[in-house]
Amino acid sequence: MSYAIEAEGLVKRFGSTTALNGVDLAVPTGTILGVLGPNGAGKTTAVRVLATLIKPDAGRARVGGFDVLTQAPSVRARIAVTGQYASVDEDLTGAENLTMIGRLLELSRRDAKARARELLERFELTEAAGRSAKTYSGGMRRRLDLAASLVGHPDVIYLDEPTTGLDPRSRGEVWNTIRALVADGVTVLLTTQYLDEADQLADSIAVIDRGELIATGTPDQLKAQVGDQTLEVHPLDPADLADVEAIVAAVTRVQPTRNEARGLVTAPVAEPTLLADVVRRLDDAGIAVGELGLRRASLDEVFLTLTGHPADEDAA
Amino acid sequence: MTATLVATAASSPVEEAPVRFGPVRTLRHSLTLTWRSLIKIKHSPEQLLDLTLQPIIFVLLFVYLFGGAVTGDRHVYLQFVLPGILVQSVAFASLGVGQSLAGDLQTGVFDRFRTMPIARSAPLIGAVFGDVVRYLVTITVVLGFGAVIGFRIETDPFSTLAACALVLLFAFGLCWVTALVGLLLRNPRTVQGIGGMLMFPLTFGSNLFVPTETLPGWLQAWVKINPVTFVVEATRGLLTGHGAVAGPVVKVVVSVAVLCAVFVPLALAAYRRRT
Repeated sequence: MSYAIEAEGLVKRFGSTTALNGVDLAVPTGTILGVLGPNGAGKTTAVRVLATLIKPDAGRARVGGFDVLTQAPSVRARIAVTGQYASVDEDLTGAENLTMIGRLLELSRRDAKARARELLERFELTEAAGRSAKTYSGGMRRRLDLAASLVGHPDVIYLDEPTTGLDPRSRGEVWNTIRALVADGVTVLLTTQYLDEADQLADSIAVIDRGELIATGTPDQLKAQVGDQTLEVHPLDPADLADVEAIVAAVTRVQPTRNEARGLVTAPVAEPTLLADVVRRLDDAGIAVGELGLRRASLDEVFLTLTGHPADEDAA
Repeated sequence: MTATLVATAASSPVEEAPVRFGPVRTLRHSLTLTWRSLIKIKHSPEQLLDLTLQPIIFVLLFVYLFGGAVTGDRHVYLQFVLPGILVQSVAFASLGVGQSLAGDLQTGVFDRFRTMPIARSAPLIGAVFGDVVRYLVTITVVLGFGAVIGFRIETDPFSTLAACALVLLFAFGLCWVTALVGLLLRNPRTVQGIGGMLMFPLTFGSNLFVPTETLPGWLQAWVKINPVTFVVEATRGLLTGHGAVAGPVVKVVVSVAVLCAVFVPLALAAYRRRT
């Protein structure tokens, strides 16, 4: 198998903060790696190292077979970056942004304009082509950003939190675009705080927390690490939450998670037959239950199990 | 057959890009980014408004408010102060480079450029080139408005062009200072504030508004080494024929050379710093 991205033992410190503490990554050509982690986990730092924007303090990385430190220009000729940073120029129109990038990549004036038109068409921005990018909606901007990344036909694309701050409909549109990229044979490294995003898009997932890689695998493999399924109990009276927690703990022999805000108790279960036991004990205790069931574990639960803290907890 | 082979070779993953871009490609990338600066002016010409209003206000203020008191004759003062205001206005206009660089850092536009296979210095050179247009606008406005209220060029067209070229040269030297300020501060508004604070002692602490001899000794000491003084002296000489030209021109060229020698490497280093 050939790898588009290979990183070994990446370390990056900013003053006394260690943003990356020995991260290894390997992304097979033509696949999507989802780098998952909370804010401040080191995802953006990893992308910046792999995009030749910053130098690692230790470790090595190759992108498209070229070393990011010693062969940076060759790496740059093959990558594109889109995301929180590496943005488009808001004062220019959509068409001008794409034409400028084409010209910088040494296309002729005519070819640059043609490429811009083609990408605007593909990203459904033709109507907005002549408007300055600052008038674009969030979703349109991200699409223009993605289009800008594709001008030079990159082999590898980094998408740093491509849907952060987008409404669900725009997120869906960006997801479809990303799927289409991989269909073209592009390798994608995607960072996200959204577990469903990684689940939806990624062929494999690397979970990063506090600068360290804490798990890798396919979405299914990661889910399997915490048990196949999750038991969810939702008592009618939130006052019963503590009792429900105790019962679930007794039956499943793991420490359940109590979610006060949503008024439910969850726990990973390996044995679906435990469900009947839980129902019986709740009945014996006289606890009225609004909802009770088994579902496949979400990546949120995977994250909690792997890191010991929830994904949305601010690590900073 | 041949075509296939060529195509394969061109897209081959082992083909390595050059580590340095030659001057031709650097210039090409820089010109594309100059085009970008010009497009921005075309889209929002109002950004030229402060460039045009400030010199007009300064001319009106100094000529009509202080002119009579300083020399006793407004026309005499206009002939004295307008070349100075030309230099001052272009000095303030040179803050544009710092502001646009800071803006590009803040919005992340630079990060995209830095991940592209283009000459590293092209965004910096492009910003400086793009700013030259702003300087030309400023020069036109000051000389045009001056002519309207009675400023007369007392020399020949060649000297006038030489004066404009000298002012441009000085702005070119100065804009590397504002480029450095912009790259370090990374916020266009702070650049405006800090840069303005830098420009005031530079322009007011010169022979721009009043003759050096009228100033107290400690201030004269600064004024006599301030490069703005040299530019003003030379421009005055070239436009009105009053005062020496050759000496100040040499001093301007030396000052610009020193400014560039110090601030071009510093600005490039600040730009290339990858943290």
